[in-house]
Amino acid sequence: MEIPGSKILRSKQFTDKIISSINKNIKAINKPVKIMHVCGTHEHTISKYGLRSLIPKEIEIISGPGCPVCVCPAADIDKAIELGKRDDVIITTFGDMIRVPATNLSLAELKAKGADVRIVYGPNDAAKIAKDNPNKEIIFFAIGFETTVPLTGYEIKSNPPSNFSVICAHKLIPAALELLMSIDQLSIDGFISPGHVSTIIGIKPYKLFSNAYHVPNVITGFEPNDVLLAILMLLKQIKNKKFETLNEYSRVVKPEGNIVAQRIISEVFESVSSPWRGIGRILDGGLAIKDQYEKYDADKKFDIKIEKSTDIHPGCSCHLIMTGKLSPNECKLFRKICTPLNPVGPCMVSMEGTCSIYYKYYSE
Amino acid sequence: MSEKKESSKIIRLAHGAGGVLQEELINFITKDITLKNVNKGIGVEELDDGATIPLENYDKEIVITADGHTVYPLFFPGGNLGTLSICGTVNDLLMMGAKPLALTSTIIIEEGFKFEVLEKIIKSFNEKAKEANIAIIAGDTKIMPSGSLNEIIIATSGIGIKDKEIKIVDNGLKVGDKIIITGTIGDHGTALMASREGLNISTDLESDLNLLLEINESIKSEIKSNYIHAMKDPTRGGIAGALNDWASKSNVSIYLEEEKIPIKKQVNAICDMLGLDPFNIACEGKALLSVDPAQADIVLKKIKSTQIGKEAEIIGEVKAENPKKVLLKTLVGGTRFVDMPLGEPIPRIC
Repeated sequence: MEIPGSKILRSKQFTDKIISSINKNIKAINKPVKIMHVCGTHEHTISKYGLRSLIPKEIEIISGPGCPVCVCPAADIDKAIELGKRDDVIITTFGDMIRVPATNLSLAELKAKGADVRIVYGPNDAAKIAKDNPNKEIIFFAIGFETTVPLTGYEIKSNPPSNFSVICAHKLIPAALELLMSIDQLSIDGFISPGHVSTIIGIKPYKLFSNAYHVPNVITGFEPNDVLLAILMLLKQIKNKKFETLNEYSRVVKPEGNIVAQRIISEVFESVSSPWRGIGRILDGGLAIKDQYEKYDADKKFDIKIEKSTDIHPGCSCHLIMTGKLSPNECKLFRKICTPLNPVGPCMVSMEGTCSIYYKYYSE
Repeated sequence: MSEKKESSKIIRLAHGAGGVLQEELINFITKDITLKNVNKGIGVEELDDGATIPLENYDKEIVITADGHTVYPLFFPGGNLGTLSICGTVNDLLMMGAKPLALTSTIIIEEGFKFEVLEKIIKSFNEKAKEANIAIIAGDTKIMPSGSLNEIIIATSGIGIKDKEIKIVDNGLKVGDKIIITGTIGDHGTALMASREGLNISTDLESDLNLLLEINESIKSEIKSNYIHAMKDPTRGGIAGALNDWASKSNVSIYLEEEKIPIKKQVNAICDMLGLDPFNIACEGKALLSVDPAQADIVLKKIKSTQIGKEAEIIGEVKAENPKKVLLKTLVGGTRFVDMPLGEPIPRIC
């Protein structure tokens, strides 16, 4: 049981070669370079392997809105919390979702107060709980990007029990990328795009942006040398004034993506304008369940209305951190009031959240 | 935010997971105790593996440990609640440099628990105690109404004896010391997680649950000569928890080298998959040692010659700069901090 290729992709000799090539290229470019990634797992790799301590100071790597837990709006969590207060409801969701603070509470706090909130590893587990508990309503709080959407779609398509339904808070990455590229003051010189989302959607959606906005882009994997190679591939493009989407992760990502998964997505969901926590409403930034499957749509089944919700609590800078305008160290609450034990904003909760990763791997 | 404040006063699972929250809880419970030690021995304030009662007019002192044992599932690959209770108690005594003598056991059982399951647990408990040559000299049982407790809990107190001169304590680390781990890390917690319902991970990985008697026996003379400055079995919180604890109590830093730290391939793969850090995952049959640098190679050789210490390695060094921190040189040569784990490890989403 070893990850294929991990020997080369974690080999120090290979790392040293890439770093020396990165050094040469940044010298040739002769100005600071700002690179943004939009994936929590990339930030995790960068921090876990101490990659920032290896690359030259002229290269700044910032994190964009790459954590599905972080961008889930408080209103959706509030909805799950409202439903979870009912005696006949079991709320199911992914592990790191339950600690995210919403307007007043988190699902973990609701659970500590006695509500039935369960961590599952996928919607199929939730459907099984529904089968085993016919007298309860089982609600799967569905979050995540294109990587987790096909799982939810597949479950909805496979005739789950009628006491199973879904709060659909799924988000789509390309729309968010386009928004980030169009923010002028961000001045990003290159993007690192997420490998697993690309496994599903393929390369095409990115190509449009890199051409239209003149920003080079590299899709890459999650081993340390994957990320360093992506940085090198970006630097070479910047040096040669090229603006292409390249695929470093070709061992997994196929140009056309995963057609079967794409079909499931388009059959069950439709893209809608959707609020992202900390960023705002993004056109085509999220998914809703199509009318054909509305009996599994918790929104329609229970008709819960959240009047007022708070995404960003006073003093919290998550919105600025997710758009790469601030680093966690520059937030006034970071490490003082906001810690992983007492997260004020969503970026401190998930292990993929930028603040939580900074807290764990970088010292004051 | 008032509702938030109110609810944060509840005891949560993470309060028992060996991280910062657990420290908070222990401080909360112990801060108002009046008498905290006997004859200036190690007391509750040191928060060490156990406490000591120095015997007046003798060169020996009594070592006492206390431990509550719960595990889910009760039977896991490589052990069960019974074996876990004995190993945990005996190892805590050993980590103070003591010879285990006896233990007491309190068993709290939920109404409705099956006799045949209890029989299996007690059988393992007694067999393991025999293997460790430790007497079971007192005990108590309580039955709780169905639903007020999950299955069964065993609480033990270990009693051992040691020379007063042997000082193996959490705040004993000295600059220059070498850090030794007696084998692969994270096996117990990962095996447990893989065996839990709902994950469907098929693996031959077993818990490393084991008595550490052999380790202490092999380095008896170094323990007596005080070349071993600290010893700890990194259970809850893993090596990250144990090493941070040492660094902060001893006011030193610990520099680790990732490539030296032994980790099983299966543990790495499962942790990668679940988004967990093996540094934070519990071991149940491993010891960390902080050793006088001049003796480190000999100690390592002796540990390697034991059955359970074959994969022992020197994984790091104690330094003066960056006090109270643990730093890691990563596989690819970068440097990062290794933080105190915060609570119960939760598998991530994708």
